[in-house]
Amino acid sequence: MIDMQDIWKTYPDGTTALQGINVVIDRNEFVYIVGPSGAGKSTFMKLIYREEVPTKGQISVNGFNIGKLKHRKIPFVRRNIGVIFQDYKLLPKLSAYENVAFAMEVIETPRRVIRRRTMEVLELVGLKHKANSLPAQLSGGEQQRVAIARAIVNNPAVIVADEPTGNLDPETSWGIMKLLEEINFRGTTIVMATHNKEIVNTLRKRVIAIERGSIVRDEVRGEYGYEI
Amino acid sequence: MKFSTVARHFREGFKNVGRNGWMSIASISSITVSLFILGVFMLLALNVNKIADQVDSQAQISVYLELDTNKAKAEEIERSIKRIPEVKNVAFVDKSEGLKRFKESMGEKGKKALEGYEEENNPLPDMFEVDAFDPQKIGFVAKQIEAFNETDPEKSIMEVKYGKESIETLFKITNAIRNIGLFIVVGLAVMAMFLISTTIKMTILARRREISIMKLVGATNSFIRWPFFIEGAIIGFVGSFLTASVLLFGYGKIMSKTSSTIGLYQINYLSLHEVGFVVGGTVIVLGTLLGVWGSTISVRKYLKV
Repeated sequence: MIDMQDIWKTYPDGTTALQGINVVIDRNEFVYIVGPSGAGKSTFMKLIYREEVPTKGQISVNGFNIGKLKHRKIPFVRRNIGVIFQDYKLLPKLSAYENVAFAMEVIETPRRVIRRRTMEVLELVGLKHKANSLPAQLSGGEQQRVAIARAIVNNPAVIVADEPTGNLDPETSWGIMKLLEEINFRGTTIVMATHNKEIVNTLRKRVIAIERGSIVRDEVRGEYGYEI
Repeated sequence: MKFSTVARHFREGFKNVGRNGWMSIASISSITVSLFILGVFMLLALNVNKIADQVDSQAQISVYLELDTNKAKAEEIERSIKRIPEVKNVAFVDKSEGLKRFKESMGEKGKKALEGYEEENNPLPDMFEVDAFDPQKIGFVAKQIEAFNETDPEKSIMEVKYGKESIETLFKITNAIRNIGLFIVVGLAVMAMFLISTTIKMTILARRREISIMKLVGATNSFIRWPFFIEGAIIGFVGSFLTASVLLFGYGKIMSKTSSTIGLYQINYLSLHEVGFVVGGTVIVLGTLLGVWGSTISVRKYLKV
């Protein structure tokens, strides 16, 4: 599903974020990416949804060689990748429903399919009753649920979640994790960067630790391994 | 692009105007204000042009004959004047007609002063009124008519008048106003474009984040651009429609109460229906294009992410 070979990334300002990353993530895996701040986790995530391109090396996601992708093709690759962020990244002037529906409008889905499917995923994340609320009227946990609904609405092969629980209290965080596990259970690959020790150590999955731009640990049912 | 997508873009474009409430109002206001100033100057420039044309067409040479000139001599002079290539028309005004006009032009005040002057003791000379094809050449024509006396032993022409000084300064002024008016209108149009694009850039700067989110979800550039494009057109149209309405309504009101003269010349301003289409049409087309142009340029800047 995701295949990185000897990936290097140096930013224009000279900082090297990744140095020779080799990793394969299979279909239907659930992977935690852990490591100290500034170790390269975010760059690793951004490479997957083609926000950044590697300076060197090969990366393929869902069969696309995305290092060599033409600009015009980027949107089409992104449609197969759901993204979830710490700050939710919802469109502030659109309602919960419209935010989710937007991801389907983009791929020119017929309107009545959009209506049915959007309500379906809003129900799955437990927000059917708040479909018409604007992001500002929702709590942090609810906004993240909307973001998740948007990420899964087109049945993507991969979900990339960059600290999805970073802004949420423990209880809400567990709700979000349950949802992600459910989505994973239905067959979607999930790559999640996190600082949440409790979650990683309780909900055991594959753990990849990145430090100073390199993978220092890759365990099947790993632990968080850092204090805090 | 599917039809349903086109419909979606239109829907979004309209909705965006409402969603961005104050920013839309700011954009509409900037279009309205700058086009209004432009429109006022257009109306001024058009009217100055019209006035200049009228002054042009009213510019005339008066050729006064000596009092003892006989009819045959007068006809000979008329033929000579007609032979000048620049002359368009020559009209003979005999002294009794001249007196009648003079009395009319003096009105009530002059009635007393002119009392007692009738046909028998008419003090006025016979005259010709000469029009030139190009009003700006009347000075040249007048000189040629004056020159007739040099070959005429009777020296029948008493005086050739064309308001030399006043006409020449008037031409200088109208020409200057025409040129300056054009310059100002072009300058204002550029200024309007700048003001409008700045406002629209601000509204889109605020939506930079939205654009980047749309891209993350997999929207193509054209998918993002279309609603902005339509939004720009709506804002431009609404703004310029407001401008055109206020401008033409105001113009109609003012014109219905004004008419004036400059010196001897009767001035007619352009009527509302003469300028309505030109000014209203220009303002609306320009405003809509400005709206579209502004939003297209500004969105393009943020699409290269």
